[in-house]
Amino acid sequence: MRLKTVLLALILPLLLPAQMNLLSVAPPPKLTAKRGTTAEAKLNVQLQNGYHVNSNKPADEYLIPLRLTWTAESLVVDGTTYPTPKMEKYEFSQKPLSVYTGDFQIATKFKVPSTAPLGMKVISGKLRYQACSHKECFPPKSVEVKLPIDIVN
Amino acid sequence: MFTRRSLALALAAASMLAAGCSRGSSRPHVRSENERKEAPDFNLKDVNGRPVRLSDFRGKVVLLNFWATWCGPCKVEIPWFIDLEQRFKDRGFAVIGIATDEEGWDIVKPYIEKKKVNYRVVISGSDTMELYGGVESLPTTFVLDKEGRIASAHVGLVSKSVYVSEIEQLLSPAPAPEPAKTSQLTHPTGGGK
Repeated sequence: MRLKTVLLALILPLLLPAQMNLLSVAPPPKLTAKRGTTAEAKLNVQLQNGYHVNSNKPADEYLIPLRLTWTAESLVVDGTTYPTPKMEKYEFSQKPLSVYTGDFQIATKFKVPSTAPLGMKVISGKLRYQACSHKECFPPKSVEVKLPIDIVN
Repeated sequence: MFTRRSLALALAAASMLAAGCSRGSSRPHVRSENERKEAPDFNLKDVNGRPVRLSDFRGKVVLLNFWATWCGPCKVEIPWFIDLEQRFKDRGFAVIGIATDEEGWDIVKPYIEKKKVNYRVVISGSDTMELYGGVESLPTTFVLDKEGRIASAHVGLVSKSVYVSEIEQLLSPAPAPEPAKTSQLTHPTGGGK
């Protein structure tokens, strides 16, 4: 019985769409931000082994960059910092590509206006990525991110 | 009782089910005739706005390639397909490229012009991808026999020689049935005494 469960657990992921869970973003912890200051949120991104995503500045004009966007409402996005990409050579590319693999972090700074409403709010972000292995590529996809922010005086 | 071997076999079967075709296989694999299913028909427009209907290609071996300009492995195959179109077109072969870029012709047209693509290219949304079992990753390529049936399917980058081998096999005339051996044929004169 236990073996059957194990077998099912192993087989089911294979039957699910191939791109599911290639990339995931850990739910960010609550950010506390003072009015009139700048606060930084860090997103921890995990990409499955054997896959890469293009960096935010891919080397080829046709490649789709990694892009984090926010609907920040009363906050102002004051810049997003992507990690330093790796330059990796793949079977299908003549020159190295600018990519991210494994676990990485993206940071966003938010300006909190002095007039921003106090209290808890949740802002939404979207991380758009396009992933490939060394033999195949998956269509661009977006992951929704929810960032809880507590605005205080 | 599950042994290691049965577990491995079950996993392999599940992988095949999930993929529905060979994933990055480096060996040609043309299905036997009774295993082939009819390729779903479609009617899409090429770069000049002319309709491309798959059923119009009956009688030809067709290589149907789902690709996109953002797909690195797809770009490796495009020069192969240009060569295959050139090499085999007079023997009843055609390549059809199905571009899946969301931006459509705005991005695909300059790309295929730059690469001097000599085969028909059409643009498809997710509907055609769904018709073909939900194409999830690129490149995904189907090789169809002259009757419009799927003779092989490949997900991911494979080698050019795999396609050459499969096309050659499908273009070759089927072996003629062996003549029945009768005593009359063996001994046309009625033989014997």
